[in-house]
Amino acid sequence: MSIQVNHLTKIYGRQRAVDGVSFSVQEGEIVGFLGPNGAGKSTTMKIITGYLPPSSGDVMVGSINVAEQPMAVKRMTGYLPEHNPLYVDMYVHEYLGFMGGIYGLKSSFIRGRIAEMVNLCGLTDEQNKKIGMLSKGFRQRVGLAQALIHDPKVLVLDEPTSGLDPNQLVEIRRLIKAVSKDKTVLFSTHILQEVEALCDRVVVINKGKIVADDRLENLLQGGGNYLIVEFANEITEHELLTLEGVEHVQKLVNFRFQLKTARHVDIRSRVVQFAFERKLSLIELKQEESSLESVFGQLTHQEEIQRPS
Amino acid sequence: MTHIFLKEFNGFLNSLIGYLVVVVFLVAMGLIMWVFPATSVLEYGYADMDTLFSFGPYVFIFLVPAITMRSFAEERKLGTLELLMTKPLTEGAIVGGKFLACFLLVIIALLPTVIYYFTLYKLGSPEGNIDTPGVLGSFVGIVLLGGVFCAIGIFASSVTSNQIISFIMAAFFCFIFYAGFDSAASLVSDGKVSLLIKQWGILYHYESLSKGVIDSRDLIYFLSIAGVLLLSTKTVLSSRSW
Repeated sequence: MSIQVNHLTKIYGRQRAVDGVSFSVQEGEIVGFLGPNGAGKSTTMKIITGYLPPSSGDVMVGSINVAEQPMAVKRMTGYLPEHNPLYVDMYVHEYLGFMGGIYGLKSSFIRGRIAEMVNLCGLTDEQNKKIGMLSKGFRQRVGLAQALIHDPKVLVLDEPTSGLDPNQLVEIRRLIKAVSKDKTVLFSTHILQEVEALCDRVVVINKGKIVADDRLENLLQGGGNYLIVEFANEITEHELLTLEGVEHVQKLVNFRFQLKTARHVDIRSRVVQFAFERKLSLIELKQEESSLESVFGQLTHQEEIQRPS
Repeated sequence: MTHIFLKEFNGFLNSLIGYLVVVVFLVAMGLIMWVFPATSVLEYGYADMDTLFSFGPYVFIFLVPAITMRSFAEERKLGTLELLMTKPLTEGAIVGGKFLACFLLVIIALLPTVIYYFTLYKLGSPEGNIDTPGVLGSFVGIVLLGGVFCAIGIFASSVTSNQIISFIMAAFFCFIFYAGFDSAASLVSDGKVSLLIKQWGILYHYESLSKGVIDSRDLIYFLSIAGVLLLSTKTVLSSRSW
């Protein structure tokens, strides 16, 4: 089952939360859906799972249009909404049984399936507790178990690791990796290491628009090199742009800048020369490998000064 | 629908709400009916159950909204509504399941009051001197009234994520539907208009049923009010804009 999102737009009042978004997730692929807060990630996922109707555009899961046959899509999709809502008054077993029942599974089948999920999600010691008594990490596991109870072909996870401590984070990631074999997974996050750990491909969304959709390696390839420079004296971004080889200049603080160059271009000696000529004191000069952070920052940052071409 | 119904009803039984509602209703009715001298049947001297059927609705005005207030408001607040809506469930099934669970709890609270009938049957002079069809009609009336109150409460709960707002709105509209139209009608001097306004209220149809004649017009009134409210709830849910 693949997910196809075609020219999806969602308008809230006058705000375009999602603006002409198109992307696809192939069968068996794990795709990370990245973007700053409020970029439209959750809205897109809510439309994919049939919770919100789109203003225009459509979503196909497999060969089924979500707007036309929402029930068919809901039956084969597992969804973990943002903030992982749960019935805190229910016991773990009761909750999973209820969710299984909604999918029309037979009660004898559900019992086996719950045992399987409890085992898989590491809930063995907590399975007889009330959900309200569980810690955040275990609640997240219950949320995942709920999304997996009917063995869905398509899994949509909205920030499955938000608010977890580093140990829990690693465990939940391992869990997602383990369950996502032969499933189509779309998950959103703003933790970049997670993408590096889990995904085949990344879709980056900013202000409702797709700004990147590529394999991770390619995205890092296109990133170029970054140079952090700091001067003790006043200098403007425009002066720095006159340096040969500099593509972007981004002011960090005061006289500290991030310069972007093409990949494999070293302009460090040129910067030193530049500072010497202008009698500036250079107090820091650091070459940075292109990281996902910098690519992400570059894709979602607006105030960057573009070299006039 | 059955899954939602069972989940809701188990929710009442697993928390105090269910027991509290039944106990409070029965204690209140028991006191009013048998103990408080101003309203006691024993003081009054006639073997009829009017006390139950005239005070019962007022107790329901507070009790039914307390049952229904959390049904959608809490799901909205917790975000679990999104979870339900992305499951293969229709909005109608969710509304229906929740309504039936609340309605069943109301019926369970009413059920023990059937004993009052047998008590009064024995107390009558001569024994058995009680208006049985009237009591039967009144029971049908109060069950239907409970159903309409549940529908009002479910609707009020669906438009907000705040349970207190839901409770107050539901209690207010239950009161307006029950007695409000009747009182408003008394302000109008024109007899025809007055009757027309009266017929909008629950009290008119409730009293009509208590005469012991189950008139299809009264049944249609109760069913259509509840139906319209439940359909409105379904519409509110599908609009997702609240």
